[in-house]
Amino acid sequence: MKKIINHPANVVDEMLEGLTLAYPQYVRRLEGLNVIVRADAPGDKVALISGGGSGHEPSHAGWVGEGMLDAAVAGAVFTSPTPDQIYEAIKAVDSGKGVLLVVKNYTGDVLNFEMAAEMAEADGIRVEQVVVNDDVAVENSTWTSGRRGIAGTVLVHKIAGAKAQAGGTLEEVKAVAEKVIANVRSMGMSISPCTVPEAGKPSFELTENEMEIGMGIHGEPGTHREAIHPADEITDLLLEKLFADLPLGSGDETAVMVNGLGATPLMELFIVNRRVAHVFAEKGIRIVKTFVGNYMTSLEMGGFSVSVVKLDTELKELLLAKADTPALAQF
Amino acid sequence: MDKSFLGAMEAITGTIHENKEFLTDLDRAIGDADHGHNMARGFHAVMEKLRASPPADLSTGLKTTAMTLISTVGGASGPLYGTAFLRCAKVMQGKDSIDKTDAVQLLGESLDGIESRGKAQPGDKTMIDALKPAYDTFAAASEQNRTFLECLEEACKAAEEGVNYTKTIAARKGRASYLGERSIGHQDPGATSVMLILKALTEYYKSL
Repeated sequence: MKKIINHPANVVDEMLEGLTLAYPQYVRRLEGLNVIVRADAPGDKVALISGGGSGHEPSHAGWVGEGMLDAAVAGAVFTSPTPDQIYEAIKAVDSGKGVLLVVKNYTGDVLNFEMAAEMAEADGIRVEQVVVNDDVAVENSTWTSGRRGIAGTVLVHKIAGAKAQAGGTLEEVKAVAEKVIANVRSMGMSISPCTVPEAGKPSFELTENEMEIGMGIHGEPGTHREAIHPADEITDLLLEKLFADLPLGSGDETAVMVNGLGATPLMELFIVNRRVAHVFAEKGIRIVKTFVGNYMTSLEMGGFSVSVVKLDTELKELLLAKADTPALAQF
Repeated sequence: MDKSFLGAMEAITGTIHENKEFLTDLDRAIGDADHGHNMARGFHAVMEKLRASPPADLSTGLKTTAMTLISTVGGASGPLYGTAFLRCAKVMQGKDSIDKTDAVQLLGESLDGIESRGKAQPGDKTMIDALKPAYDTFAAASEQNRTFLECLEEACKAAEEGVNYTKTIAARKGRASYLGERSIGHQDPGATSVMLILKALTEYYKSL
């Protein structure tokens, strides 16, 4: 394992310290905890909290700021944060108007956030929870834990965060978050693995010419492996799965996110985005806003995901609203 | 406070530590490669707490164990093992030793806690596939007036068979469920850690 770290056991702590030192105008860290909150928390509004395992930077601490999250809770690498940490985050950002937890659909995350919500409710804090499950690579059936939550989660932060910033009630903010979840789909692929620092070895192996379609953001196997193809063909493959699950037609308005998994250069992400834009244009689907970059990474994994969210008037307005956070600033 | 509680927890921690890489490797095949490391981190933290301030009674010790696991393990195992130990703490309130009837209740409550927190059922390829047969077997052996050690040994054997059974089925809960049929052939890391804990307790009981 070759990594620029000091010690595998310290990566999360030292990363959060570095992040806080970089963005004091946006965030502060709750003392002794792996919780990043807005510098001015608690604000006089419904608070949004997300979190999950570390290794997905800039998710989620990078989205803490105006118009997105009020707090982010960081677990160990690829491991859900624990209920006590989430509970402290809830207490730190609640203004009395309630807290919405945005959780990615993994068994551990759902269990830990649920336990924290129960602890906070016992204190009389109003807590609601939404679970993001945008990954179409995984079949949603009664035989699995349901679809995984991946990069589409950032669009939930953006849109629901704007609703909270605009003064929405807890019920309204939750309804908007659920509307985004119902209309966002993602699909990813990988060409090279990542190494969890404490594990010390790659989470999977791919041969020189192989790619895995539908790979999860923790190295969970996807739908299948095949020989690597040119970017346009890979993009078409992912879009086909997305369109099969989220029917879009001429005149529909969308936002698109081409997300790098950590080791894929922007050059390649733009090449992918070019194809996405062409395919959408051919179908007459409007792209209101495009995000290209590293939003939900998987350490140094090579590969990308494409997320699409179908917008109505309300979602479009909230998507385009101001956000000012370490990892996303739009005015 | 009975020294045997600390001894038992030390035995569990030792076994988890020795099998850290093994459990993580099992998890790498069908999950996210962290079960062994998460469990080891949790139980080492438990031992540190228990050694620093030895609990006044069994129930307090079990509660400290539960709260420490919940706050240090993470993943799904933290809340699940935490819930199990919390249920055990409740069972042991006001008691200073564990007899066979208590043990049946401890296993039963642990099973119930894990089932209700994780919403999993037998055959989903989870911890339950080791714990339920262990509980059923222990309870049946206890009914037949077998000794405490015999009950434990049979429960261990049942848990081991349960772990082997998880190799033959597809996961329906947790990260492994996304693999569907591809999870067949791999044993479940959670069921394996349950079996290892029962084995550690049995070996410890034998050494007393």
